[in-house]
Amino acid sequence: MTRVTLYRVLVIALAVLALEVLCLTGVIDRITMQPPHRILYDLGVILISGKRNAAIAKTLTNASIALALALIVGVATAAVLHGHRAVRETLDPLFATYYAVPIFAFYPLLIVLFGLGDAPQIGIGFMLGVVAVIVNTLNGLDRVPRVLLKAARIQRLGRIETALKVELPCAAPYVLTGAKFAVAYSLIGIIGAEFIMSRGGMGYEISFAYNNFDNATMYPLIVLILAVSISINASLSWWERVLLARRGL
Amino acid sequence: MSAATAHVSLRGVTKVFPAAASGAGLHALGPVDLELQKGEFFAVVGPSGCGKSTLLELIAGLSSPSAGTVEFEGHRIAGDIPDGIGVVFQEDACFPWLSVEDNVAFGLRKAALSPDDKRRRVRDVIDLMGLGDFARSHPAQLSGGMRQRVCIARTLVLEPRLILLDEPFGALDQQTRLLMGDEVLRVWRQTGATVFLITHALDEAAMLADRIAVMSARPGRLIDVVETNWPRERDSRIVARPEFGGVTARLWKSLREESLKTIGREAT
Repeated sequence: MTRVTLYRVLVIALAVLALEVLCLTGVIDRITMQPPHRILYDLGVILISGKRNAAIAKTLTNASIALALALIVGVATAAVLHGHRAVRETLDPLFATYYAVPIFAFYPLLIVLFGLGDAPQIGIGFMLGVVAVIVNTLNGLDRVPRVLLKAARIQRLGRIETALKVELPCAAPYVLTGAKFAVAYSLIGIIGAEFIMSRGGMGYEISFAYNNFDNATMYPLIVLILAVSISINASLSWWERVLLARRGL
Repeated sequence: MSAATAHVSLRGVTKVFPAAASGAGLHALGPVDLELQKGEFFAVVGPSGCGKSTLLELIAGLSSPSAGTVEFEGHRIAGDIPDGIGVVFQEDACFPWLSVEDNVAFGLRKAALSPDDKRRRVRDVIDLMGLGDFARSHPAQLSGGMRQRVCIARTLVLEPRLILLDEPFGALDQQTRLLMGDEVLRVWRQTGATVFLITHALDEAAMLADRIAVMSARPGRLIDVVETNWPRERDSRIVARPEFGGVTARLWKSLREESLKTIGREAT
């Protein structure tokens, strides 16, 4: 463990410890928040009892679908846009201001279009994640050295083969950066949509527990969402570091 | 040698790049007439910006001439990459996400060979370039000279009949350039390929080539062709021969006036 990693772990451990002390001494009352050790205990109970498994599975499945769609559509769109300068320049203002638009404002429209099932929630998760993938992939494609494209031509690669075998592998670290954003955005989109209007999922369970002062459910589910999001992002960051290290970066 | 039997033939080749918003286009090259004989080592030297790399790209099929024709083995090249041509660029063109082995094997992905034959051919070329101990390494783990050898290996594995070298040693130090020159000469002898070298280094051209063309300042035209008359079995030690100085002196005599033009001065 490096010194920096040790400091990071220490900062988190001290913050959790401080929270524990504040909760146990009554500075933070139990109706507001359970002490961290109790949250972890409750999380264990929830996971072992399996009572919330359906909600967890629904949220994670929908977030995975939204993420997969954001990655596939985002990377494909970026690859196409990269070869069509005029279209890209036309869409650039949209990409630049996209995250200034409150995507959740479109949720009612998505419900009208797709009904009350999972599709509008997946739609929100997808819409939040896809532009991060497009922008970061385009950023990576812009950095592909021209000499590699010449080498691809000399190797007689066609347009699609060049994109798949040269441009996208070269841009992979940037695609991963977009993927990290998309993981967070798709989870935010799905859980946010479940908060607003849903009869299931972790967002719905958290909202229901909040309205009923059920801290034994609300906080453990929040911690679970944090753990999932951070674990996926940490895995992608590790993969990104491996790719960059191979390139001497 | 007639155009019909030349390995590569250029007839009245001109390249004019389109103008930006207004004005005439940029006349970069030509007209150039040139024939390369099969198996010869041909070098081109010229002042900066004279169109050397443009000439190479026209022969490679990476761009099309504005006028004139380029033929390889009797077939006209018109912006398509012909089979049998390999190019090594000045810049590092290794694929950084692939190992040395995978970089070299990249060109063979469509070859009608069994997996065993592909592996054998990749291993042979890696050994030929002295990269046997680094087959599993990634380019970032190699020196600049070794990365350039990977690029040469990736070209050689396709067994090209014409190898185009675009200032391949430009980013290397002098000692490494001399040693890489030895390796290119060895490969040239072993493969029997025709080699077309673009370089700004007169000594490099004089050491490696059978014939050396001197290009004028832009628009680049061939103003002199020098025959070195070196034996086929040669290496970098040829620089110690008394005739070597004569070759480089003649190249510089042809080139000096053109080089002065590029920096805006008249010859004295």
